[in-house]
Amino acid sequence: MSQRPVLKRSLLLPGIAMLALGISACATKKKDLPPPPPATTAPVAPSSGSTSSNSVPPPATVGNANVPGSVADFVAQSGADHVLFGYDSYELDDEARAILGKQAEWLARYPNVRITVEGHADERGTREYNLALGDRRATAAKNFLAAQGVGPARMSTISYGKERPAVDGSDEAAWAQNRRAVTVVAVAG
Amino acid sequence: MRIIVPAAIALLAAPASAVIRVDINSGIAQPLPIAVPGFVTAAPVATEAGTTAELGNKVAQVIANDLKSSGLFRPLDPAAYTTSVSVADVTAPQFASWRTVAAQALVTGTVSANPDGGITVGCYAYDVFSAAELARQGFVTTAAGWRRAAHKCADLVYSRLTGETGYFDSRIVYVSETGPKTRRIKRLAVMDQDGAGHRFLTSGQNLVLTPRFAPGQQTITYMSFEGNRPRVWLYTLGSGRQQAIGDFPNMSFAPRFSPDGASLVFSMSVGGNTDIYRMELATRRLTRLTTEPGIDTAPSYAPDGSRIVFESDRGGTQQLYVMNADGGGQQRISFGEGRHATPVWSPRGDLIAFTRLGGGRFSIGVMKPDGSGERLLTNAYQDEGPTWSPNGRVIMFFRSARGGKVDLWSVDLSGQNERAIPTPLEGSDPAWSPLLP
Repeated sequence: MSQRPVLKRSLLLPGIAMLALGISACATKKKDLPPPPPATTAPVAPSSGSTSSNSVPPPATVGNANVPGSVADFVAQSGADHVLFGYDSYELDDEARAILGKQAEWLARYPNVRITVEGHADERGTREYNLALGDRRATAAKNFLAAQGVGPARMSTISYGKERPAVDGSDEAAWAQNRRAVTVVAVAG
Repeated sequence: MRIIVPAAIALLAAPASAVIRVDINSGIAQPLPIAVPGFVTAAPVATEAGTTAELGNKVAQVIANDLKSSGLFRPLDPAAYTTSVSVADVTAPQFASWRTVAAQALVTGTVSANPDGGITVGCYAYDVFSAAELARQGFVTTAAGWRRAAHKCADLVYSRLTGETGYFDSRIVYVSETGPKTRRIKRLAVMDQDGAGHRFLTSGQNLVLTPRFAPGQQTITYMSFEGNRPRVWLYTLGSGRQQAIGDFPNMSFAPRFSPDGASLVFSMSVGGNTDIYRMELATRRLTRLTTEPGIDTAPSYAPDGSRIVFESDRGGTQQLYVMNADGGGQQRISFGEGRHATPVWSPRGDLIAFTRLGGGRFSIGVMKPDGSGERLLTNAYQDEGPTWSPNGRVIMFFRSARGGKVDLWSVDLSGQNERAIPTPLEGSDPAWSPLLP
């Protein structure tokens, strides 16, 4: 069920590398993910028996490990950090509800995390209307999360209208990716 | 900068019998041939902006460019005529010579230095075939202000030949855009109507949208995402001061000034519902004008301040509505095909310009305030956000190419003379100032 959202996320945010640990549950979807980063040996506890190499290893890349409670964990557990909408619509479809439901479950486990829900529109509307439409989408997602028990005090919304598309493009595929509400988690510390 | 008309040079009133006249309403198939030779000077004097002789040529170029941009005039290439102009010729032109190059009108003049370092630009317009003087006026300004004197001369000529007020001595505020669409950098910028004097107002650190001039033109209202709190702001041109109009918890946007400059109207979104509010600037008192569920936005005052046109999707899709300034008497006016959005009331009061969405395309159109006489002036992938020239004869807007650039364009009320407005980077959200004081 979370397979397609994972794919979408990898398209949207290729810069955020997820470690093998984090995506082990979706191992069959590896081909959809960005190229795996070099193994992060340095920041984790030294494991035994692997230090005998006589070659000089490259500097370790420090990625965003899927530490429980982290942003990466939120995305992995929820299936996606965003939900998509139809043209000029702010209705949550079944897929969107499923993702938001998992987001709410995750947020229930981490009650100190605050979120901002960003509402976005595709380019096929006037600037002012799209700001209001983005507000509708962010509010729809926020209200659903609230109904799932996420305290309203933890949530804020912001609309970017058509100002911050996820994908630069003027075709149906790009528009579909850009009509979205993104849950941005702010992990304290 | 101030421009005054001293009694000494101002007016001998021009003869009332103008023979030539440019019909502005029908659209111009044949622009009027007009000669604008370099303005002359009795003796070149150095000023801080160049010698008076140099300024004379520049002034003529600016005037010719203004008149040409209107689509109503065809300035003759100075290389095409050999008539040399002396100071004496300015008040007694060699009409026979101008007739041989088929100039129907002549704009000529002088630039002279003043004791205080400023300049006086004398502006004269003639009907070549009837050898009649159409207008004359003097403009006194600083040397650096020579462009404004040129624009005022062009406005005088335009006004005398069309019977309409001019619009060349005015400015544009707009949003300068650069960078990838997903991380667009947007900055407020101002420039003269002809693109000169371009100046960035904001750094690009914060996303800014929809700047609009106050009637006095020293203040601009706009929307900024500063601090991730999308709100209506004010920018003071002289000082560069930027100030949010209120500490609203919700998004406020789509601001415009009332015609007296005392109030702003704008939208505010509360819990997914967007309504229109008015704020009295002196007291910051807020009045809610619409209460319908749905998106009510893009308010714009009638020039007399009595009514406000706006868009609402309360009927299902975006359409235009008019209400009294106090929010009463809300009435839908657009019933044509497609959606109608971003209405802007003409400074003449007779028309409302709008963006129309339909068939996957955007158009700029106009209709009367009662909704009748809808007419589309453009059609493209995305033409959006009209703004009126101060005389209500030209509409500027922004055009986004599919998958491509976004730029400023203008079109005549006749639907003719569609032209791109050059800007240093890409541009959107233009707003035309009133005529400068």
